Amino acid sequence: MVPFSFETARREQDAIRAGAAGGRYIAGGTTLIDLMREEVERPEHLVDINALPLAGIRADGADLVIGALARMSEVAAHPDTQRLQPLIAETLIEGASPQLRNVASIGGNLMQRVRCPYFRMLDAACGKRDPGRGCAAIGGINGNHAILGTSDSCVATHPSDLAVALVALDATMRVRGPQGERTFPVEELYRLPGDTPHLEHTLLPGELIVDLRVPGGPYARRARYLKVRDRASYEFALVSTAAALDIDGGVIRDVRLAAGGVGTRPWRMRASEQALKGQAPTRENFAAAAQLSVDGAKPLSGNGYKLDLLPRTMARVLAMAGEVA
Amino acid sequence: MSSHSQTDQASRGETDAATGLSRRDVLHIAGGAASLAALSGGVADAAAPPAHAAITTMPVRLTINGKERHLDVDPRQSLLDLLREKLDLTGTKKGCNQGACGACTILLDGKRVNSCLTLAVMHDGASITTIEGLAGGRDLHPLQAAFIEHDGFQCGYCTSGQILSGVGCIREGHAGSAEEIKFWMSGNICRCGAYPGIVAAIADAASRS
Repeated sequence: MVPFSFETARREQDAIRAGAAGGRYIAGGTTLIDLMREEVERPEHLVDINALPLAGIRADGADLVIGALARMSEVAAHPDTQRLQPLIAETLIEGASPQLRNVASIGGNLMQRVRCPYFRMLDAACGKRDPGRGCAAIGGINGNHAILGTSDSCVATHPSDLAVALVALDATMRVRGPQGERTFPVEELYRLPGDTPHLEHTLLPGELIVDLRVPGGPYARRARYLKVRDRASYEFALVSTAAALDIDGGVIRDVRLAAGGVGTRPWRMRASEQALKGQAPTRENFAAAAQLSVDGAKPLSGNGYKLDLLPRTMARVLAMAGEVA
Repeated sequence: MSSHSQTDQASRGETDAATGLSRRDVLHIAGGAASLAALSGGVADAAAPPAHAAITTMPVRLTINGKERHLDVDPRQSLLDLLREKLDLTGTKKGCNQGACGACTILLDGKRVNSCLTLAVMHDGASITTIEGLAGGRDLHPLQAAFIEHDGFQCGYCTSGQILSGVGCIREGHAGSAEEIKFWMSGNICRCGAYPGIVAAIADAASRS
């Protein structure tokens, strides 16, 4: 690990000042410390933000508000999460291990880096690590990589399960920084890699995630997450899909769909949503809409199976959410 | 060698009757001899690394197995390395050192965590329980006893992590069935494959708690 200086921020303005000056925020640290040990990450200054009062979880009417420093396990177990947004609890429990969930923060979960093995391998080409150096995964072992949103510079998937649920549910995030406070959809946090894969998010220097707001809705309680992976637990998704349905009088009034393990960012599936609105919640309709999810997908040498696995996963999670026999 | 002065009685474990030396002491002595040999060869000067920014150690106060410690730590030091290298609490094991295997599981303020993936400097004021602090005097913790009764280990390398994680699993209320235990213990890998015994031990201890 490359030496760094360390400070504990006791006040939010101290954290933001240090962050704006180039300091790196650390909360749980479960991704950052691992990558620092590999020397993929080499921050010169770490700012420990755990003392800031940003760990609350609360209901605001039908909305769920989650502090950026709340831990994954706390959010998953919180009665307001389970009552208002069971999908959030389900995606959290499907991610990482109990030990990691006790430490990893919600803000850090959204900001975690990719799990592409070439990103970790300092002697492999990786444009995310060394801009302009190309991508070893494109001609390498890429069975776990993305089929949507890829470029010649990067094909890594975004690893967060939680982010899939947040994007599906139109969650927003509040951030504060040197220029003040702003709120925007979680979906807009993530950039496509294009030819600048090292630029992963839209936060400005020094901006600190304050909290997330997950809006309530009729569909929030009929929502499920299905994660397909190489082992039954404690593994990243090959393909995952979150589905939330509002069914009334035998008709789908509203639907939210997003997928993980397939895109370079958490991927909202709007074409499939549109196809389902006003339709009956039948297996045939679910399968037809799910097939639209792979329109425009670009498989690599090792991940063509995702062209079948994504629509099948989506059709199945829609059936789970709709409780279709 | 300064770490010797901070050695816990609890961590000494088995001591050879003839020499009075534990396995850990022997390793320390052997390591010291090896570095002296390297120095006498004159290699050390030639191989001196380029100067880095000076490392400033930072004070941290921790309560470890009930005993308060005032320590100066390198900010880079993980809780795992602090326990093993500085405090000689080698019951906590280093497996993958990247949060994938669970061998380094400890209780941090009562919650199970991977000690390899957190920096000691971040935990000023925290309370830590390691495998050395689980038993009450000469009485094993009920889960330690259950691991013996149900044959929950073979080589033993993952065992202290399994037991600390199992304590957390039971406390969290996630030990209601074999299926539930398997899911909530998935952060602990056993390459010997002692899983049936591990699950049985946790189920048994949970039913008695």
